[in-house]
Amino acid sequence: MTAHRPVLIINAHLVDPLTGTEMQGSLAVEHGIIHAFGRAIDASAPPEGAMVIDGRGRTLAPGLVDLRAFVGEPGAEHRESLSSASRAAAAGGVTTVVCMPETNPPVDDPAVVDYLVRRAREKAGVRMLPAAALTKGLKGAEMTEIGLLSEAGAVFFTDGTRSVANAQVMRRALTYARDFGALIVHHVEDATLADGGVMNESELSSRLGLPGIPREAETIVLERDISLVRLTGGRYHAAMISCAASLAIIARAKDEGLPVTCGVSINNLTLNENDIGSYRTFLKLSPPLRHEDDRRAMIEGVASGLIDVIVSDHNPQDVETKRQPFAECADGAVGLETMLSAALRLVHNGDMSLPRLMQALALRPSDIIGLPQGRLLKGAPADLILFDPDEPFVLDPEKLHSRCKNTPFDGSRLQGRVHMTMVGGGIVQES
Amino acid sequence: MTDLIASSRLFPHRHLLGIEGLAPEDIVQLLDLADEAVEVSRQVEKKKATLRGRTQINLFFEASTRTQASFELAGKRLGADVMNMSVGSSSIKKGETLIDTAMTLNAMRPDLIVVRHHSAGAVQLLARKVDCSVINAGDGQHEHPTQALLDALTIRRNKGRIRGLVVAICGDILHSRVARSNLILLNALGADVRVVGPTTLLPLGIENMGAKVFTNMREGLKDADIVMMLRLQRERMNGSFVPSVKEYFRYFGLDAEKLALAKPDALVMHPGPMNRGVEIASEIADGAQSLIREQVEMGVAVRMAVLEALSKHLPNSEARA
Repeated sequence: MTAHRPVLIINAHLVDPLTGTEMQGSLAVEHGIIHAFGRAIDASAPPEGAMVIDGRGRTLAPGLVDLRAFVGEPGAEHRESLSSASRAAAAGGVTTVVCMPETNPPVDDPAVVDYLVRRAREKAGVRMLPAAALTKGLKGAEMTEIGLLSEAGAVFFTDGTRSVANAQVMRRALTYARDFGALIVHHVEDATLADGGVMNESELSSRLGLPGIPREAETIVLERDISLVRLTGGRYHAAMISCAASLAIIARAKDEGLPVTCGVSINNLTLNENDIGSYRTFLKLSPPLRHEDDRRAMIEGVASGLIDVIVSDHNPQDVETKRQPFAECADGAVGLETMLSAALRLVHNGDMSLPRLMQALALRPSDIIGLPQGRLLKGAPADLILFDPDEPFVLDPEKLHSRCKNTPFDGSRLQGRVHMTMVGGGIVQES
Repeated sequence: MTDLIASSRLFPHRHLLGIEGLAPEDIVQLLDLADEAVEVSRQVEKKKATLRGRTQINLFFEASTRTQASFELAGKRLGADVMNMSVGSSSIKKGETLIDTAMTLNAMRPDLIVVRHHSAGAVQLLARKVDCSVINAGDGQHEHPTQALLDALTIRRNKGRIRGLVVAICGDILHSRVARSNLILLNALGADVRVVGPTTLLPLGIENMGAKVFTNMREGLKDADIVMMLRLQRERMNGSFVPSVKEYFRYFGLDAEKLALAKPDALVMHPGPMNRGVEIASEIADGAQSLIREQVEMGVAVRMAVLEALSKHLPNSEARA
């Protein structure tokens, strides 16, 4: 990261997820790191050459850290490249993005990790970190070079949207990964139970004539994984849970003191199966949107901290893969740009405080992958966002920076706009 | 020839995408129209001029004999130019998306498109992209509205009413768009609807959709006025949903013994094509209580009624002007 001018942000509403506090104050950045912040900062004498930003009426918080985004590089750059994903992330206040390994070729070789790390440095304004495949070719059979891939810069190991069906493979991977302190992230879905399903299995799926995916497709795999964590002691993160029953399983595992964390997609927090309406394909997602009771449970999970992180599950799909009948179109929705605004609904609805929300969006994901980001702390990297949490707007998909426009918030009223995104002390987006 | 609905109200829908969304009076209007179409179809001179100059495209993504033939005859009897397009001959095989196909056909300015597709919601999707009227001839496991209408017409002509009748829909409810459309329609017209089948073939929450559930066919058929059998697909017979044909026929096939539990004047229906000896015994299918052949005749009449009702919304039609 090149050296940037010192920056002094004054009169802002500071939100610190680490201490869970909010205050009116200023923040100074020097050499790309947070130099000082708080009420007591002397805003009258900024350091020489400093850029002074008036944050009046705006909130200053750590940038978002997103543990789950699909970027088409390498292999599907027409859907999303590192640079287009980075622009989308910057516009949405996401300063660190972990990219899923389901690329072509998949990220199962240290050379691909190395390529992505270098390419991201050249092309991306925000930090784009590669996750590596857990199994070779994402085939669920043989584990990848967990040590070498970690050394090359892979932040964790996952087969992305695929679930590892073979319990022996999962057991060995958890066991081996433990020796390297590596984290395994898993999409919890039993492929045989989910087979053919395209939405939550419910009365609504019966009415729509669409094959359903029962909640048990998720809980069965989650229960198995927790048992394997107990057996092996490996570090485990359930990528996204979607139903109340899974939350109970996570609660038991955490009570036991197992090294288990979990995430939830912004979509499962803010939408439910009824939003599918008359077969809206942008709402075909994996895990599927569930019942409103499940959504409420997910919100409570985030509020209580039982659910550690919120992810965008950003998954750009183009016209060819989404302008199809519901059952035939691809899963996924773009989310990097709308995650913060959508998540702020939870704050506006009184479900949780802003510092609590920022814990799930920035602090906890940083902790889980061992980054110093996600907090206001002297000496921490200056990955920051300045935003107006109340500013209303109607989402126009054409204005999204992502190459694909498959947003479930198409035409929705949202509140909360990012006005400045800073990565390592440099401003990467401003409006 | 007099216009069939000149004296009646304007049918309030541009498309027929499903039974869901139709008011009971819409359904009755179509059935009344269909009754008149039956008379037309039984004359030597079957041709009318209602759709003269109009173009009807039958777009079938799924193989169909009777439904496609029925729509074709219905269109021709009303004077339309009918073109059939099926999967084998279309560019779908070349990877064109459904929406692109719809736009291409739309550019040829048809007045009516009849669509069958293997995916639920596909017909709605197509209807949003074209300017003409769209008729759902079956979309995945969702709806098959003209089948439900022809079933209702057949019942009404034989029993004189629908309200209060006990109708048992039997077999593979889970995968059946016919069952879904019938359930909605029969409930709308006040029938007492039952569904009968093994739980592996029943959709989740069916009991909340206006049906009494029976997993024992003998109980389900007791005092029924109408026994409606559904087709069981071959690939679902061998252990995936039911263990075997033999076992299925034993417990859920309609034979004389089980039919005897229904009312003495109960009538038997089947949307076709039948699997004789799987869901229905041959002697029942061909027996005195069977309405199966009459259903086929009513199919043409109902489709004439639907085409005619929708044609009143077409540009330059008299009703619009």
